[in-house]
Amino acid sequence: MSEQPYHHQGENLPPHDHNDQKIILEQSAKAYWQANLALLAKLLLVWFVVSFGCGILLADWLDQFTFFGFKLGFWFAQQGAIYVFVALIFIYAWRINIIERHFGLDDDDESVSKNEVHQ
Amino acid sequence: MSTQMLTYLFVGLSFALYIGIAIWSRAGSTKDFYVAGGGVHPVVNGMATAADWMSAASFISMAGIISFIGRDGSVYLLGWTGGYVLLALLLAPYLRKFGRFTVPDFIGERYYSKTARIVAVVCLIFVSFTYVAGQMRGVGIVFSRFLEVEVNTGVIIGMAVVFMYAVLGGMKGITYTQVAQYCVLIFAYMVPAVFISIMITGNPIPQLGFGAEVNDGSGLSVLEKLDGVLMDMGFSAYTEGSKSTIDVLAITAALMFGTAGLPHVLVRFFTVPKVSDARRSAGYALAFIAILYTTAPAVASFARLNLVDTVHDTAYEDAPEWFGNWEATGLVAWQDKNNDGVMQYGAGAALSPTKPVFTDQKGSYGQRELSNQPTDSVNEVYIDRDIMVLANPEIANLPGWVIALVAAGGVAAALSTAAGLLLVISSSISHDLLKQTLMPSITDKQELLFARLAAAVAVCVAGLFGIYPPAFVAQVVAFAFGLAAASLFPAILLGIFSKRINKEGAIAGMLVGLVFTFSYIVFFKFYAPELNNAEFWLLGISPEGIGFIGMLLNIATACALSKVTAPPPLLVQDLVDDIRIPSGAGIAHNH
Repeated sequence: MSEQPYHHQGENLPPHDHNDQKIILEQSAKAYWQANLALLAKLLLVWFVVSFGCGILLADWLDQFTFFGFKLGFWFAQQGAIYVFVALIFIYAWRINIIERHFGLDDDDESVSKNEVHQ
Repeated sequence: MSTQMLTYLFVGLSFALYIGIAIWSRAGSTKDFYVAGGGVHPVVNGMATAADWMSAASFISMAGIISFIGRDGSVYLLGWTGGYVLLALLLAPYLRKFGRFTVPDFIGERYYSKTARIVAVVCLIFVSFTYVAGQMRGVGIVFSRFLEVEVNTGVIIGMAVVFMYAVLGGMKGITYTQVAQYCVLIFAYMVPAVFISIMITGNPIPQLGFGAEVNDGSGLSVLEKLDGVLMDMGFSAYTEGSKSTIDVLAITAALMFGTAGLPHVLVRFFTVPKVSDARRSAGYALAFIAILYTTAPAVASFARLNLVDTVHDTAYEDAPEWFGNWEATGLVAWQDKNNDGVMQYGAGAALSPTKPVFTDQKGSYGQRELSNQPTDSVNEVYIDRDIMVLANPEIANLPGWVIALVAAGGVAAALSTAAGLLLVISSSISHDLLKQTLMPSITDKQELLFARLAAAVAVCVAGLFGIYPPAFVAQVVAFAFGLAAASLFPAILLGIFSKRINKEGAIAGMLVGLVFTFSYIVFFKFYAPELNNAEFWLLGISPEGIGFIGMLLNIATACALSKVTAPPPLLVQDLVDDIRIPSGAGIAHNH
């Protein structure tokens, strides 16, 4: 994967542009971090709404609805929120991977480079 | 074969398996010992994390607690699972990128200070030791209930097994034994749960049976029937809570942030090859945990319904067989206050003091006589909450091998958590205290030897706590979360998400959080227990939830003090920039 020079700084960099490389890396790192924070904010909002919101603060109001034989607020507190938590982690892992690839900061080929270091 | 023989067989076989794995996966270097060589597959790590996390309390006690407090039990379900979202999104990937061995490693480097490292070690040891003592006791209790050996003999056997694989194999041995332990404990939990779900609702999936109709022809759902029956008997409705909203919020938050700040869980994410693996691994861990955590509230409701149905207003002579079996162990008791030979079960404590004190006499119906004073309550039945899981196989009329399986599962749950805790204690001593602070010149080989010695000492201390449990242990275990939330969690979080937080801020923050939370708990639990009610609590928050306030104080202190003191050195700011980028972790691990 020669089009991803960021992983192997100091190895085979063209001699005239290593400062450019450094600046590009810093800029994409900044943009990546902003994108990451935006994604985290969205997912943590969902986390807060299903647990503290639906499970506790809004639970009494939600209890007037029935869901598969449960009062809805009770279901969120003892079942639903847990399912959403699991989904949130996998959604984060999936979305952030796409963002990382976009900025060329992913670690997709890293198990290979690790073995190289071992030898 | 008798149930007793089967239990010996199952527990014995599981021990042989754990020790076999330990010998196969001996640690050869400190990296093996601390982080299992750093090459654990994310699914394997997820499974090991689940076993690490689910202790004897999750396995044996949680369903029982929920069974008796109903809706209020949601704080444990939400708190102990929601924390994984924080862990996966806010901590684990960055700690993995940082890529050293321990949690104090991160705090010491990020805050460029030996003092910060030592404060982190103190927080870690305090949190982990309170927790591990409870586990050793748990091993002893499972032994005494199922194998009829002395609690102390059980503790010693448990110590010997943990000693074998924690001291020999370190993190490497622990990881692979925890995978085996997860399989044993989840199977042992699910089999009785499925059968009791079929028995009550006809639906084999407990999570669905939980919302289904009871198959007694009444047309009521499990929860409707439970609400109705309990209210008739003077209890509050199962699906209504009795804790104040502010307290529920605070306890849930303290458990969540505490979960994310527990060192023995965090350190598991150092063992995967790269950053993206750490994220996925946390997802697998929570998925494996969720299997038990979504089953537990279902089991809680089935067991409560079944208990009321079979015990309340039943003549002692017609009581189900399990009642007599567990009366023999002292987990249930009956005091015939109105001399009618019928067990009346209802709200309020049946006995004074609450726990039964048996005499050697048998009562007129064959029940074990008690020397307790009767209370004013009409309730005549004492029921220990642990019975809800332990007696499940008998309540559902399952064969002896299922009972043996539950015993092996309980031991697996307690041992896996104990081993994980002992490892973080020993590595914080050999790595953070000795190698990084007191004796920087020791070689990798010597450090490994010290790590093994520290693990051996920690096993013995934990065992002593198990044999001579200090009165405070049982009460304090739940507070380990509050302390972790108030001390370690903010220091790690701020260290990643702010470049401005410096060592002065972080150290002061950890100390304020720890001292405040610790003092509040000690004041209400030990110094003035008579004041321990909502009237005297700060903002109506109980000692269980005060860790959340401690955490806010920690963050406020850290931010305020960092503002008025010098920013961290450029080198540290570069470190923060580096851990925020996922690429390069595989290489960083080999420095």
